[in-house]
Amino acid sequence: MGEMEQLRKEAESLKDDITAARKAVQDLTLQDHVAGTAVVGRVQLKTRKTLRGHLAKIYAMHWGTDSKLCVSASQDGKLIVWDSYSTNKVHAIPLKSSWVMTCSYAPSGNMVACGGLDNMCSIYNLKAKDGNVKVMRELAAHTGYLSCCRFLSDSEIITSSGDCTCLLWDIETGTEKTVFAGHLGDCMSLGVAPDFNTFISGACDFTAKLWDIRDGQCRQTFGGHESDINAIGFFPNGNAVITGSDDASCKLYDLRSDQELITFQDSSIMCGVTSLAPSLSGRLLLAGYDDFNCNIWDTLKAERVGVLSGHDNRVSCIGVTPDGMACCTGSWDSFLKIWN
Amino acid sequence: MSGSSSIVTMKKVVQQLRFEANINRVKVSQAAAELQQFCIQNAVQDPLLTGVSSSTNPFRTQKVCSFL
Repeated sequence: MGEMEQLRKEAESLKDDITAARKAVQDLTLQDHVAGTAVVGRVQLKTRKTLRGHLAKIYAMHWGTDSKLCVSASQDGKLIVWDSYSTNKVHAIPLKSSWVMTCSYAPSGNMVACGGLDNMCSIYNLKAKDGNVKVMRELAAHTGYLSCCRFLSDSEIITSSGDCTCLLWDIETGTEKTVFAGHLGDCMSLGVAPDFNTFISGACDFTAKLWDIRDGQCRQTFGGHESDINAIGFFPNGNAVITGSDDASCKLYDLRSDQELITFQDSSIMCGVTSLAPSLSGRLLLAGYDDFNCNIWDTLKAERVGVLSGHDNRVSCIGVTPDGMACCTGSWDSFLKIWN
Repeated sequence: MSGSSSIVTMKKVVQQLRFEANINRVKVSQAAAELQQFCIQNAVQDPLLTGVSSSTNPFRTQKVCSFL
C-alpha cells in the first residue's frame, strides 16, 4: 500500500474513532434533559432607536464594552461610531476601501478596526491627541478578503479571511504572531471566548474550529452543517459554541462533550442565517436571516419564541450589548435598529 | 517530487485528527445540566428575557428630573 493510501486509511479510521468517542458520552440528549422545562414565553421586543446615516448596505456592527457606543460598517465606505442612547454619530470615518465586510470595537474603547475585499485589517485610533480619527496600522498579510476581526486588547487582534486562515496580530509592530490554518474553505466568522484563551471560527468547509490563541493549535472541529457557516458565537459561559449557516439552521455544539447538542431549524425557514447573538443568560438566541427577519429562539428547547421584523432588506449583523440590555440589528436597508 | 507535498499535508491532517481524537469528553448529561443551570442562574439578570421597565431602559427617551 502506498504511503498516501495508508495515511488516507488512518485519517478515516481516526474520524470513526472521534464519532465513536462522541457517541460513547451521549448518555442523554439535551432534549431529554430539558424535557421537563417549559419553553420561555413569547418574546416581543420593540424598536427603541433607529440609527440612520449610512447610504448603502450595512455589513457589520459591534458593540463597545460600555453597552452604549457601537460601530457599524457600510459599503458606502464609512465606519460610524454611534451613541446608541441619543442616536448621535460620535465619529464618521471615511475608509480607503469601501468594500468593507467587518468591523470591531476594541474593549478599551480606544480603537476600531475594519476590513474587507482589500484583504487588510485597518486599525483606527479614536483617541488621538488632535481629535482626528486616523489609520493607525494597516495589517496586510492575508491573501483573501477579511471576513471578521476581533480585538483581544489594544495590542492584539484576531482576523479571519477568505484565504482559509485566521491570524493573530501584534498591532504595535503590524506583524502576524500566529497563523491558524486548517480550514478547507473561506473563514467567514470568528468569536473570542469570554476568558480570551481560545477563539472559534466558522468556515465555508461547513465546520467550526476551536483554537488555542497562544499555541495556535486547533483543539476541536465540529461538523454537521450542510452549507457555509456564516456566523459564530460563544454561549455566554464559554462552554458551548453556536453557529449559523446557509443551510438555514443554527447549531449549538458543547465544547466539553465535543458534540452537537441541538439544531435550531424550522421547515418554514428556507433561507440562510447571516448573523447571531445569544442573550446575556444564553437562554435566548437571536439570529438574523436572509429573509429580512431576525428569529428569537429558546436556546434550550430549540423553539422559536419571537421575531424581530422591521427591516426592508437582509439582516446582515446582530449584536447584544455586553450588559444584555438591548440588541442591535444592521441591515442591507442601510439602517441599524436597537431593540428591547 | 510532485507527491511529497500532499503527503506532508496528509500527515498534518492525520496528526490533527489524532490530537482531536484524544481529547477528554464529558458526558452529555453533565454538559446539558450545566448549560441549563447557567441559563436558570442568570435568567433574572437577562433584560431581554425578563423585559426592561421604561424607567430603567436607557433606550427610552425620558424626561429629566432634577432635585433642586
